[in-house]
Amino acid sequence: MNIIDKIEKAQCKASVPDFNIGDTVKVSTKIIEGTTERIQNFTGVVIARKNSGIRETFTVRRFQNGYGVERVFPIHSPRIDAITVERHGHVRRAKLYYLRDKIGKAARVKEKKYFGPAASAEAAK
Amino acid sequence: MKGLIGKKVGMTQLYDDKGVLTPVTVVQAGPCVVIDVKNVERDGYSAVLFGFGSRKAKNAGKAVAGQAAKAGVNTPSIMKEFRITDDSKFEIGAEIGAGIFEEGEYLDVTGVTKGRGYQGVMVRHHFKGGRDGHGGGWHRKPGSIGCRESPGNIIKGKKMPGQHGSVKRTVQNLRVVKVDSAENLIFVSGAIPGPNGGTVLVRKAIKK
Repeated sequence: MNIIDKIEKAQCKASVPDFNIGDTVKVSTKIIEGTTERIQNFTGVVIARKNSGIRETFTVRRFQNGYGVERVFPIHSPRIDAITVERHGHVRRAKLYYLRDKIGKAARVKEKKYFGPAASAEAAK
Repeated sequence: MKGLIGKKVGMTQLYDDKGVLTPVTVVQAGPCVVIDVKNVERDGYSAVLFGFGSRKAKNAGKAVAGQAAKAGVNTPSIMKEFRITDDSKFEIGAEIGAGIFEEGEYLDVTGVTKGRGYQGVMVRHHFKGGRDGHGGGWHRKPGSIGCRESPGNIIKGKKMPGQHGSVKRTVQNLRVVKVDSAENLIFVSGAIPGPNGGTVLVRKAIKK
């Protein structure tokens, strides 16, 4: 393995939560206010995952106070405390940029339903 | 002056303890073997002669191979002298690694930039060129390069097309983000000249 790969691998988190495009996730980030550190949550739909390895990021979109808000998080950032999946979405695209042009009911993502063995595997998680 | 010969490994990024991301260049600095120590009595000045890398003695120049043989060390691929103030600190045959540098220090890094061949003024000197539309006819040219009969010649140093890159350049005041003395790696903030695998000189910053 070359030196750069080794350096980058050492910085990657050992385990990253399994989540996909269209999932609704809660991202907990550590923020510093003055001298104290606290956790801030941001909940929304994952509309994109980009790059790979140490540079991988994901974009979370939510509608807040009448405005669409998007935040891009680096997956391996030490500032990210946890990523929790709240709902699996059923989508047919890798990038959900079309959600930016939709508001209200049209901006929803269908929930992903599992049937048969997949359902029991999902329940076991 | 504190310095080493090294090899540019490549660029990556590092998170610090606060979670701030810094772009870094990884330099394999050393191990450099001391081939000769010059002193004021014998040579008129103080310097240490470092060797870096290895090559077969038959492929090296006679100057390099001869010096290495005299010092009793393997023939290096690169040899370079660094001026020092105290010549008693170095011993011939000793190996110096990246451990001489520490985190937070500032460095000057010298290397040969990537060669880009013969380039026009837009690439080589960032001229703006002409507009593409409205009848143009003047797109990527340098335009006027001087006056008329007076002065009747082109000013020396006028920016014109020519060989771009492949010249020695030094980037000053690069912060050391991390040092891995076991692997002889230095992580400097920002970019340094040359391609990955290129030879670089790493020295303590003269302006800090």
